Amino acid sequence: MTTLWEKNPILRVSHLTMRFGGLVAIDNLSFDTGRNDITALIGPNGAGKTTVFNCLTGFYKPTEGMIQLTHDDGSEFLLERLDDHVIARRARVARTFQNIRLFGGMTVLENLMVAQHNPLVHASRFAIAGLFGLSGYRTAEREAVELAKHWLEKIDLVDRADDPAADLPYGAQRRLEIARSMCMKPLLLCLDEPAAGLNPRESDQLNQLLLDIRDEEKIAILLIEHDMSVVMEISDHIAVLDYGIKISDGTPEFIRADPHVIAAYLGVEDEEVA
Amino acid sequence: MAQPATSISARLPEALKDAGIAAFISLALFVFIVGIRTLDDPGVLLLEPRPWLLAGAVGSVFIGRLILNLFFWSGTEAEDALTSALAPVGRAFGRISPWLTPALVAFAVLLPFMPFTDRYILDVSIMVMTYIMLGWGLNVVVGLAGLLDLGYVAFYAVGAYSYALIATHFGLSFWVSLPLAGLLAGLWGIILGFPVLRLRGDYLAIVTLAFGEMIRIVLINWYSLTNGPDGISRIPRPTFFGLELTRRGDPSFHEFFGIPYSPLNRIIYLFYIILALALLTNFVTSRLRRLPLGRAWEALREDEIACRSLGINTRNTKLTAFAIGAMFGGFAGSFFATRQGFISPESFTFIESAIILAIVVLGGMGSQIGVVIAAIVMIGGFELFRELEQYRMLMFGLAMVIIMIWRPRGLITSREPSVYLKEKKAVSGDLVQEGKG
Repeated sequence: MTTLWEKNPILRVSHLTMRFGGLVAIDNLSFDTGRNDITALIGPNGAGKTTVFNCLTGFYKPTEGMIQLTHDDGSEFLLERLDDHVIARRARVARTFQNIRLFGGMTVLENLMVAQHNPLVHASRFAIAGLFGLSGYRTAEREAVELAKHWLEKIDLVDRADDPAADLPYGAQRRLEIARSMCMKPLLLCLDEPAAGLNPRESDQLNQLLLDIRDEEKIAILLIEHDMSVVMEISDHIAVLDYGIKISDGTPEFIRADPHVIAAYLGVEDEEVA
Repeated sequence: MAQPATSISARLPEALKDAGIAAFISLALFVFIVGIRTLDDPGVLLLEPRPWLLAGAVGSVFIGRLILNLFFWSGTEAEDALTSALAPVGRAFGRISPWLTPALVAFAVLLPFMPFTDRYILDVSIMVMTYIMLGWGLNVVVGLAGLLDLGYVAFYAVGAYSYALIATHFGLSFWVSLPLAGLLAGLWGIILGFPVLRLRGDYLAIVTLAFGEMIRIVLINWYSLTNGPDGISRIPRPTFFGLELTRRGDPSFHEFFGIPYSPLNRIIYLFYIILALALLTNFVTSRLRRLPLGRAWEALREDEIACRSLGINTRNTKLTAFAIGAMFGGFAGSFFATRQGFISPESFTFIESAIILAIVVLGGMGSQIGVVIAAIVMIGGFELFRELEQYRMLMFGLAMVIIMIWRPRGLITSREPSVYLKEKKAVSGDLVQEGKG
């Protein structure tokens, strides 16, 4: 089955294995993420989805396998060899976390400014020019605030820009974490359960936000999600994981009908699966 | 023991239990301190048991606690009572805080010319100012970056010894040696930080504590360089553009300006030097806080993993905090050396680190003005109660307990945002993380 996402994938995961002692969290996993696609990684609890994310973003070093990221200009990054902050900065992979990790004691705007740390540090000449208030840094800071404002408008939080992030309601925190990732201007955005804990209305807004990001920013999104209404509605491509093994891979229509997936989710005995 | 009235009999069992626990704790505390007295008889050490005194102490705790429980405290809201009693103080402070900074700076600048100012007040002020500067320096590491550093005195020592050695061996003046000493201390910050900053939380605290001790022990034992426990004496005093502030300087300050000689001149000059150094520290750290580097420090304190996911090199960012904090510690150390004229490893014991850390924590982690207040209260207050001799430690302990109950997060807890879109709103201290290293 040759499909669209296999032709020129932004991310190609090949034979990825992650072992923790005797536990095999991911077993020989291969999948591709299409450029400018929304790819969903689904599976029952404990299937190893977040471990995949941690391998992709350098928080874990995979035991085996290769994770290849190719930018539009052809430059290639082997993510399994890079440190987490290098992956974020140079390979331009952004991520969010299952249990939201905002800088709670900092304001919403500050959160978005921290995400633009690297270009700003550069503009401030590693704080030296900034210390003397040179104009180059001031311009860069103004631009950073503008970018932050752009994303605050997108997620409808401009009015709360100067409030501490920890004071926001849960749904807004989820959106803010996505906006913070987007302030890094990533090429691949990894979202770990972005719809968890959202009400149906917020969930719809999230769908729209993700589709907007895909269509306007022309970037790839990889998401882990349990909420099937989100997954089926917005994904271009779905990979299904169970016990660290990929059991299915295809379009939402294909996944919906796949007996392996149904078995994994509903707990049917192995023999009953054709 | 007096029996309580029947109207409060409902609360009696609870109160008795609480008083019993308090009495037991006081028994455990007092049994060796009060219950036994050591007598130094020639040749032998005698123990004199004092059961009645012990019984009296424990009994008064029991009765006092019982009375407080029955008549003054409703339930277990002792802490709340204290908090609400002291709340107006906090509110009043909030109102005056915008004027506080300029007022304090103006007061500091004018202090040497106040009518009541004498040598003693100037000496205490210089000491307070040194601790303010050290507090501000440590605030970068502990308050902003959230790295618990228990060995800050190491950099203070490196600065002091760097200045003393450079000045005595190479004959360089204070103003040349000062930046060199600061740079050396900063370099040591990086050298020590590099292996240490892999650790987090309690482990970081323990290892920094060990490094602080190591520097002191090296200073004691490296006799050929540091002169060991004898210390370094005759450290040159700072000059005013080449003018010496001594009676027979060549050229001397008072002759050049045609004013009568006063030994106070030198003290006033030292006061202004440390004031300028402290204000420089404050300026640089406040400025850095609003720059991406300072924001990254605070983000690191809030959530290190999120920082890494945003492409921040956490190791380098921690190192910069460590190095900048160490550099200011080094500046303060040079000043200490030039003020004293003599340094020895004894000035750089762990208690110094503890005092500086206490100033930062008491002031409210990350708060610049909080450090000033805490330094004035702690160092100044310590001097003020000098007549009380050993009881001042008791006062000090009491003050610490009250602060812990009333303001567990320090005097100034709110955090000022580094950037804002429409209006600047202070962030409540309850939301701010303390950092896990």
